[in-house]
Amino acid sequence: MMTEIPQATITATDSLIRVKDLKVHFPVYGGVLRRVVDFVRAVDGVSFSIPRGITMGLVGESGSGKTTIGRALVRLNQITDGEIFFGDKEVGQLTTRGFFPWRKRIQMVFQDPYNSLNPRMRVGRAIQEPLDIHFPRWDRRRKEGRVRELLDLVGLPRNSGERFPHEFSGGQRQRIGIARSLAVEPEFLVLDEPVSALDVSVQAAIVNLLQDLQKELNLTYLFIAHDLAVVEHISDEVLVMTGGKIVEQASAEAIYENPQHPYTKKLLEAVPAI
Amino acid sequence: MSTHLTPSSPGQTLLELRDLHIRFQSRGEEVHAVKGTRMTIAEGETVAVVGESGSGKSVTGMALTQLLPGKPACEVTGEILYRGKDLMACSGREIRQYRGKEIAYIFQEPGSSLNPVFTVGHQIAEAIKLHRPEIKDVTAEVIRALDLVHIRDPEKRFRDYPHQLSGGMQQRVMIAMALACHPKLLIADEPTTALDVTIQAQIMNLLRELREKIGMSIMLITHNFGIVKGFADRVVVMFRGEIVEEGPVEEVLANPQHPYTRALIGCIPRLGNRRERLTTIDYEEIEQALKKEERV
Ligand SMILES: Nc1ncnc2c1ncn2[C@@H]1O[C@H](COP(=O)(O)OP(=O)(O)O)[C@@H](O)[C@H]1O
Ligand SMILES: Nc1ncnc2c1ncn2[C@@H]1O[C@H](COP(=O)(O)OP(=O)(O)O)[C@@H](O)[C@H]1O
Ligand SMILES: [Mg+2]
Ligand SMILES: [Mg+2]
Repeated sequence: MMTEIPQATITATDSLIRVKDLKVHFPVYGGVLRRVVDFVRAVDGVSFSIPRGITMGLVGESGSGKTTIGRALVRLNQITDGEIFFGDKEVGQLTTRGFFPWRKRIQMVFQDPYNSLNPRMRVGRAIQEPLDIHFPRWDRRRKEGRVRELLDLVGLPRNSGERFPHEFSGGQRQRIGIARSLAVEPEFLVLDEPVSALDVSVQAAIVNLLQDLQKELNLTYLFIAHDLAVVEHISDEVLVMTGGKIVEQASAEAIYENPQHPYTKKLLEAVPAI
Repeated sequence: MSTHLTPSSPGQTLLELRDLHIRFQSRGEEVHAVKGTRMTIAEGETVAVVGESGSGKSVTGMALTQLLPGKPACEVTGEILYRGKDLMACSGREIRQYRGKEIAYIFQEPGSSLNPVFTVGHQIAEAIKLHRPEIKDVTAEVIRALDLVHIRDPEKRFRDYPHQLSGGMQQRVMIAMALACHPKLLIADEPTTALDVTIQAQIMNLLRELREKIGMSIMLITHNFGIVKGFADRVVVMFRGEIVEEGPVEEVLANPQHPYTRALIGCIPRLGNRRERLTTIDYEEIEQALKKEERV
């Protein structure tokens, strides 16, 4: 779908998400007075834009700042400096309250399907929870209908709603996480290492599912991973990150065929050849 | 102890499993986790055991030195011959002589295999004292072990606690500890699954180097066919407790015979191949293939 958009026409104005000089610094406390003695510059001046309907890959080693970017986009992290535009609207500086209407348009899927679901909450309720928050006026039947629709969409049996997270495998739990994030019909998904904790065979099924959902629902993705092979496979464009900075941005083809930065080359070399 | 073992020489069978069955009793139900597998590992050989989660790889590795719960929770039958000795017949005390000294392990989560309350140096020292009482200067031996796995400033790292180290460093410590007693067989159970791809490549290179240096055999347990190529000599493919295919790695990769093996190879994303949809596992097809095999 996105491949039909010629590269040249992708300009800032077509962007769904635009990040300008984003900084997220975490204070480090020290001394007896627990004063701020330093900062962890987790994200240190990052700019990129994501055209509507594409998958932007974000790749880098552990600790490079990928999750912090993702969390900043959904406002789980306070930003230190910079701007985040959703369409034409700057949302990075909004208060939590001001951001609320945007929250349902930007959703996040987390890495660990084991810990990101409440073990005591039935799966149906977990998927319905965002609907309770964002569509309080919907009646029960409508919400339950939506939950069944979502279970179908992600390829889970309809009776899954009655069951608890521990009754599901890792791959199925990740499907639950995806269903939950899709409940409120977002436009943009931050996928933070959604397949890193899964068997390769299960990874493949989830990657295929994400690609199908993108087409069907016209979604835009930020896909985060440490594995360049997965990122290259699913992404249209790729951002390469190390030490809080983006060192290379290129189309997925160019990243593979003509990597520029030594760090990108290192990531490419780490991919096992089969 | 080693008087009961056949003398070692390269190429000779080190480990042989015959008709291995592993059954668990859980909540009145039997889980037949391993269903009559056989496998050999020669001296100096690396054999990869590949299959999805739950296919019985880890319990196979753990059964070798009686790491599984005892009866009635778990029942292991068959033969486990290590250098000619049946390890199944060993007493608990006897098997502890082999575990660590002859057959050592590294696991997926180095963080949870290391004891958080002791320094890294202390833990390696304990392993050395247990299995190599003849060593006089244990500290020097620990530093040598840390040096072997390319940990910089081993004298300093010696005093670190596990949580002070990154995941990759912790796995290096685990390897140092496993190899400090010069085992003949290393069971590497998903040694890189919890690590970044770049760190994964470093750890696999380290294992490759140490294998040459020490001349040990490796059983590499993994769900990822991608790390097998260029590392293992032979591969054994497990599906739901059964071995569905085995052979030299290059042959199996080039010409997989079983639909399950084909799916496991096809599901790995390859660089420069982004137009292709990833293969997923068609369980019905595999079950039919297994039924057909039973009939012939
Ligand atoms: N809440 C926090 N407080 C302090 N430091 C943090 C916090 N979150 C992340 N960091 C630090 O920021 C850096 C980037 O982390 P992260 O974004 O999680 O990296 P990645 O997702 O690429 O592995 C790391 O050094 C991490 O320790
Ligand atoms: N302690 C145990 N009690 C009951 N069942 C177990 C136990 N350990 C493993 N199993 C079962 O044995 C099967 C094989 O497990 P395992 O060898 O860990 O798989 P793999 O390592 O291939 O992912 C699984 O069905 C698992 O649930
Ligand atoms: Mg992260
Ligand atoms: Mg296992």
